Amino acid sequence: MKMLQASALYPRRRRANQIGLTLSMVAMVIGLAALLWILVVLFGNGLAALDLNIFLSDTPAPGSEGGGLRNAVVGSMMIVGLAVLVSTPIGILAGVYLTEFGDTSKTAEFTRFITDIMLSAPSIVLGLFVYAIAVATVGNFSGYAGSLALSLIAIPVVMRTTENMMRLVPGSLREAAFALGAPRWKVTTLVTLRAARSGVITGLLLAVARISGETAPLLFTALNNQFFSTKMGEPMANLPVVIFQFAMSPYENWIRLAWAGALLITLTVLALNIVARVLFRDKVKS
Amino acid sequence: MSSPIEHSAQAPSADMLAVARRQRWQDMAFHRLTQAFSLLVLLALGGIIVSLFINAWPTFQKFGLRFLWYVEWDIVNEEFGAAMAIVGTVMSAGIAMLLAVPLAFGIALFLTETCPVWLRRPLGTAIELLAAVPSIIYGMFGLFVFAPVFADYVQVPLQKVLGGMPLIGWMFGGAVNGLGILAAGVILAFMVLPFIAAVMRDVFEITPAILRESAYGLGCTTWEVVRKVVLPYTQKGVIGGVMLGMGRALGETMAVTFVIGNANRMPSTLFSPGTSIASVLANEFGEAQDLHFNTLFSLGFLLFVITFVVLALAKLMIVRAERSKGA
Repeated sequence: MKMLQASALYPRRRRANQIGLTLSMVAMVIGLAALLWILVVLFGNGLAALDLNIFLSDTPAPGSEGGGLRNAVVGSMMIVGLAVLVSTPIGILAGVYLTEFGDTSKTAEFTRFITDIMLSAPSIVLGLFVYAIAVATVGNFSGYAGSLALSLIAIPVVMRTTENMMRLVPGSLREAAFALGAPRWKVTTLVTLRAARSGVITGLLLAVARISGETAPLLFTALNNQFFSTKMGEPMANLPVVIFQFAMSPYENWIRLAWAGALLITLTVLALNIVARVLFRDKVKS
Repeated sequence: MSSPIEHSAQAPSADMLAVARRQRWQDMAFHRLTQAFSLLVLLALGGIIVSLFINAWPTFQKFGLRFLWYVEWDIVNEEFGAAMAIVGTVMSAGIAMLLAVPLAFGIALFLTETCPVWLRRPLGTAIELLAAVPSIIYGMFGLFVFAPVFADYVQVPLQKVLGGMPLIGWMFGGAVNGLGILAAGVILAFMVLPFIAAVMRDVFEITPAILRESAYGLGCTTWEVVRKVVLPYTQKGVIGGVMLGMGRALGETMAVTFVIGNANRMPSTLFSPGTSIASVLANEFGEAQDLHFNTLFSLGFLLFVITFVVLALAKLMIVRAERSKGA
């Protein structure tokens, strides 16, 4: 009787295993196919529109021929650059607090809860908020407002990844450092943070990648500018908003430029990822 | 002759006291500094709630609670209701999660268990890189490439096969132009898929090899190892990943705005064009004035509240799961 049960059970378990693994492979294929499709389309349309003019001339007037994206590229770099400068130290230090001092305090627990919510807070709502505090009060749209909105998105991402990754560092490593007489801040910065470095870098990358393509929060903050400008205090052209505006337009030339911009943004994000990965791999080896 | 020994026995203790004092001070400063930075988040949250609510107040005052289920969007006569946008947001995000979560789990399982080791790195990197593709790219792709294909090869067959069925047939009625709630859900699914999958894979990999190997040693199949060892061990991370995906799906603007159809009416079928809170904001905020302007703020406030509730529930689930496991 027992033998009979066992012999019926084994094939059933094997079948369940096979079905599960096959489905997982199908999921992988679906994912890769969809993503490959997007990239092929992007490169097909983007490369056709990409030429030197994209970097040398500014966005054209509606319905006119030619033109480029110079103002938008420069504007995007300035807005994202400032946002990263602001959010990296804040995010990492706040993440450190949640890991190292956050287990006993109620405030830290609450902060963690709120950060989780901010992490998934709709970016367009952050745009509305920044509009209310930095555009409506000042009276004009500005690059600074755009950077502020993007930092609000980046900080929670950096914070939570830093915390999650630091928590994965084995307690024994920390204890070993404490046993050597190291003070807490040294243990945290030189041992825990360093051990979690790969994770923290991943978090930073996710944050940068996320904000370089963010369109919604810039719609109401940096707005757009048809002309070249490096003044952060004024409305600033930026790639995502230009792409949005141009792709939704009926003008063929604008749609062409939108594809070129889309390719530029995606290439930038991918390049950033790859560079960081290579750097990180070298450090692990040494 | 004994003086060097005495000297070395006393001097360090004085040094050590000084060092200890300095270190205690440094630790305090470090503690307060990091705490101050983490409190910035609370400040931002408070600011968001207050500023949105202040700007939204005129609308709430005029329509009251009715605003939530009032099906009207009349800019000229200043009659506004949020029902259409809420339904569109929840439906498109719901469809996206139904599609994306199982797919993401499958991908994570494949990458950590079945995949040949030499392929893990490139495939994993591919998924990570694709999680980085900006949402506006998904939007453009959806509008120009996906929508026509979706209409011809998914909507038409679906309507033919399921459209005549009782009970569910009505869901597949309407025009088949590739734009609408279902299309937005599918694009959203593919947008959040790499994101959820990357998180799930990361946490699966964290499972200690010894746990996994013990399970294999007991004779578990790969499927059983994942279902009964890896998944319970990484539960928190998995829920966290799904949570992130859900948050992105609910509040996503660009991917949705391009494909949802942007029609201010109640969607009657899965194919009908609709609108989501985020897409209304993106489309109309630029030209909004007076009550319309305030109404958009109240929609933003609602979106914020909806995400807040969803995330709070998710967190409660995590806590409960942990408690049952820890007992």
